[in-house]
Amino acid sequence: MTISQVGAYPLSKGIKILTINGKQATSGTTLIKRGFAHMQKHGVIMDVTNAEQAQIAEDAGAVAVMVLDKLPFDVRHAGGVARTASVKVIQAVLDSVSIPIMAKCRIGHFSEASILEEIGVDMIDESEVLSPADEIRHIWKWNYTTPFVNGAKNLGEALRRIEEGAAMIRTKGEPGTGDVSQAVTHIRMVNNEIRKLKGIYDNNDDQELIKISREIQSSLEIVKETGRLGRLPVVNFAAGGISTPADAALLMNLGCDGIFVGSGIFKAEDPLERAKAVVIATTYHDDPKTVLDAQKMIDEKKSMLGLDTKNLDLRMQERGPTI
Amino acid sequence: MNDELLIGVLALQGDVEENIKAATYALAEMNQKGKVISVRYPDEIMKIDGLIIPGGESTVMGLLIAIKHGLLDSINKVLQKRLPMMGTCAGMIVLAKQSYDRVIGNKKQLLLGALDIEIERNSFGRQYDSFESNLEISGIENDFRGIFIRAPSVIAAGPQVQILSKFEGKIVAVQQENIIGTSFHPELSGDNRMHKLFIELIAKWKKANTNNANSKK
Repeated sequence: MTISQVGAYPLSKGIKILTINGKQATSGTTLIKRGFAHMQKHGVIMDVTNAEQAQIAEDAGAVAVMVLDKLPFDVRHAGGVARTASVKVIQAVLDSVSIPIMAKCRIGHFSEASILEEIGVDMIDESEVLSPADEIRHIWKWNYTTPFVNGAKNLGEALRRIEEGAAMIRTKGEPGTGDVSQAVTHIRMVNNEIRKLKGIYDNNDDQELIKISREIQSSLEIVKETGRLGRLPVVNFAAGGISTPADAALLMNLGCDGIFVGSGIFKAEDPLERAKAVVIATTYHDDPKTVLDAQKMIDEKKSMLGLDTKNLDLRMQERGPTI
Repeated sequence: MNDELLIGVLALQGDVEENIKAATYALAEMNQKGKVISVRYPDEIMKIDGLIIPGGESTVMGLLIAIKHGLLDSINKVLQKRLPMMGTCAGMIVLAKQSYDRVIGNKKQLLLGALDIEIERNSFGRQYDSFESNLEISGIENDFRGIFIRAPSVIAAGPQVQILSKFEGKIVAVQQENIIGTSFHPELSGDNRMHKLFIELIAKWKKANTNNANSKK
């Protein structure tokens, strides 16, 4: 197999078996869910709040759009409770673009997730950008046919989310700030932990692997698989604070499989050109000449001013259950 | 004569590494000397013996083909040389002559027109309806596990197009001379027979091409 299926829950209720003319077709399998995430690789997923923005994103080369009620920057300014987007906005986006559509639900809010599955979004983001609905538990994502993406700032969080059924992981970063430093911290943390784990796996040191599995509260099976692969068993994207083509290239060069851009595009004054430039820089991240061409397409005076991540009223990465 | 095959996977967006792996496994299983590389530049396209266009989003790949200076020209050049190509899912859409989305309708996007087919995008529904199922494919013995992810289907095919497989009455695999298109993802099924079929085409094309070049001398 070219995709790892380790960590799959054998009793997943999200698996649906249909018989058509005597032939069986199975939906919601781990391969179909993780496979969907693999199709997003090397691409840019853009946050949008209405159908017009979704159209701009698609025309600029977004691989998918993420629908939310307010961009993370506006969530910070509005305060109050951030919930899933209006059904009619999501429906309008579904009716206007041909690329996949994702939407966010609150952490632990399995009823919002069911609504999103019922509307027909292609992937659900159980996101710390919205106000967490459960401080103890995340959603048990194996109950859904629709795949999920979750944020993680270290290896333990990533593997625990995968074992709950996430088909894709992204860094948490600090969304809406225009500052990539937290996303960089998170991917470096995951990379370093995996590098260490791979060394231990390659040495066949089972005692140490068991110790790590206990420390990060993940099964030994998935800890071993991560060591064997030398990477997460699912696709890992960068998210949180990406604003320029250079930011996208930086995170791709640190080993991310693709990019989420939130406020960075539609809070800038040149969204269409900037969106295109981020797409080009993501694909050609390791080619400085092409990244320069992409960076030339934007004007730094039009970037979002952003927020200092050291003095935030709200640290989104700290929200939700600790386990 | 150099009998080592150089296979390129178009590395603009999508499941590039999965196709590199599947093709590399296929080469090993066939005992065929060769290498599989990712390609993004015109000069890389000009030196390969076969091209795989992977799964992903066809609109994104089309845009990136159009944007990179000289890339579209080089692909059109090797198409004239009848270079073998295989497109899986989005890759098949990029190779097609015409396409429309099942819900959205016509969508302006760059298509190479190498396969004389019309595509219906998202033909089986959205991700919720994505599925896996066994398929009968001509040229491949026994069932093949088809992985359909927001898959397209072929609505109409020209007289030169050979239909390799159907599912629920919809065409899901085609071949026109040296070009193969599939609605599903053979690179994800853990079964490399589709990639082997493609590599056989490449080996044949390379042999014929080398003979031609020699006879011209």
